[in-house]
Amino acid sequence: MSTTAPQLPDGFVVIVKHECATCQMVEPVLAALAASGAALTVYTQDNPDFPESVSHIHDDNLSVSWHNEIETVPTLMMVVDGVETERTFGWSRSEWQRITGIDTLGADLPATRPGCGSMSVDPDRVDALRAAFTDSPVISRHVEFSAAEDEFEAIYARGWTDGLPVIPPTRERVLRMLTGTTRHPQEVVAIAPPDLVELTVEKIAINAVMAGCLPEYMPWVIAALEAVCNDQFNMHGVLATTMPVGPVIICNGPGTRAIGMNSGINAFGQGNRANNTIGRAVQLTIRNVGGGRPGEVDRATHGNPGKISFCFAEDEENSPFTSLATERGVPEGKNAVTVFAGEGPRCVVDQLARTPEELTESLAACLLTVNHPKLVIGFDAILTLSPDHGRVYAEAGWSREKLLEEIAARTLRPGTDLVRGAHGMAEGAPLHLRDSMLPKFRKGGLLLTYAGGGAGLFSSIVAGWANGAIGSDPVTRIVGS
Amino acid sequence: MASGLTILDPTSESNPSTRQLLARPTDIKGHTIALLDISKPRGNVFLDRIEELLTERGAHVKRYAKPTFTKPAPVDLRHEIATQCTLVIEALAD
Repeated sequence: MSTTAPQLPDGFVVIVKHECATCQMVEPVLAALAASGAALTVYTQDNPDFPESVSHIHDDNLSVSWHNEIETVPTLMMVVDGVETERTFGWSRSEWQRITGIDTLGADLPATRPGCGSMSVDPDRVDALRAAFTDSPVISRHVEFSAAEDEFEAIYARGWTDGLPVIPPTRERVLRMLTGTTRHPQEVVAIAPPDLVELTVEKIAINAVMAGCLPEYMPWVIAALEAVCNDQFNMHGVLATTMPVGPVIICNGPGTRAIGMNSGINAFGQGNRANNTIGRAVQLTIRNVGGGRPGEVDRATHGNPGKISFCFAEDEENSPFTSLATERGVPEGKNAVTVFAGEGPRCVVDQLARTPEELTESLAACLLTVNHPKLVIGFDAILTLSPDHGRVYAEAGWSREKLLEEIAARTLRPGTDLVRGAHGMAEGAPLHLRDSMLPKFRKGGLLLTYAGGGAGLFSSIVAGWANGAIGSDPVTRIVGS
Repeated sequence: MASGLTILDPTSESNPSTRQLLARPTDIKGHTIALLDISKPRGNVFLDRIEELLTERGAHVKRYAKPTFTKPAPVDLRHEIATQCTLVIEALAD
């Protein structure tokens, strides 16, 4: 099908469909307009015999409607030298009279009647129309299945899934996904490990379709991929390590609410499309474009279920603390993602603490066990407070900084407790640190977040991987368009 | 065959071509062998012993180390090994 817009004839052009009561109502108006001797071209979208009383053209492939961005029928346009100079949609007697210059036009009709949706914006048709009429620079190889093949099984057979079924990325679906970003499909967003290939917006869109994303998630998926594909986050190492970590994606900003992310009940769990598919799209992209597959470059001993997707939003509206993104330098009101190489979450139970000091003792005791009770400084962690735990700090007026200082003070341990061999455990800090006081976390190594919901006197800890230059640092990126 | 659904390829579309393995050397005598420590703990213990064994058998050994085991070897290091040595052994284990 042609992607070139058809030339509109000069004079008056009207787009109608039979199914629309307003279009039927204006049929006598069209007849009167034709009888006036004016140049009139009527395009009908559905019934090729409508309107019977006026000569008309069937816009059977909706090309005229699509290219002229018709959203409502009837639409009346005036075209001079092939250029549209006037447009009105629905029935507005005064507008139709003004544009046609016939001040008796439709005198017996009501002053106004709303029109109906154009078939060219029908949600069931719009993707196919976009694919047919858009001269899009989507260049990925087409993979054609035979009619006898089940496409879901065929995609499994090619190794393109994470173990769960994916949505087949047809051209129509990929073009719809690309409407979620203003970036060009061939723009290179990052170099994707482990194969170090150029990762384009188009390839991200294909994998986002497969993951189940909506187009409005695209800027988040792109930002998360930008955040993981660099030497600082070290996605190559996160894949290759035998430890169970994957990219944990923390989303901040008003956009998290606009796209319906879950920061409340079961924030880390199943059930929310944005949370689950944004993280999944990132991992599918690394798998399919980067070539990072379990058992190949991904050498995780156990892995963790969050490697399918682990993505959540902070509950900024109810949090007693500044958000993680603000803490990491993102201006207020901006959307951002922070990526962290983390394992699965574990629960901190404290249903009895009523003072911030008591609760902080519990949090510190649990945080000390991250990765190993005798390993310090080398691993970061995320601490996520629930509303019920957060309230204890809110009522006491503790800020983010105060809480982190108090945790740091309670997680400082003498080297004698930590060195190799102490407490009968071979694992531990090197012997030369015996006489030092050692912090559990490096400065900035504990990422405080607030999410979860309903009731529950629990918090959650996500342990990290080797941090810093030898491993991975958390990375924050502002979400673009 | 009747056609079914057509999808867009989600991969990089760059399947690497298979590389031919070099012929196995019949003798290591006179070769310069790189021992690449990936910088995991105790990798040096393993490589010290390998160096002894290789040297006994007439090879010349040069030692290298990656800055960190978590990242691929830097391009410069790979180039250095490739230009200075004829064989390489990488110590992977803890």
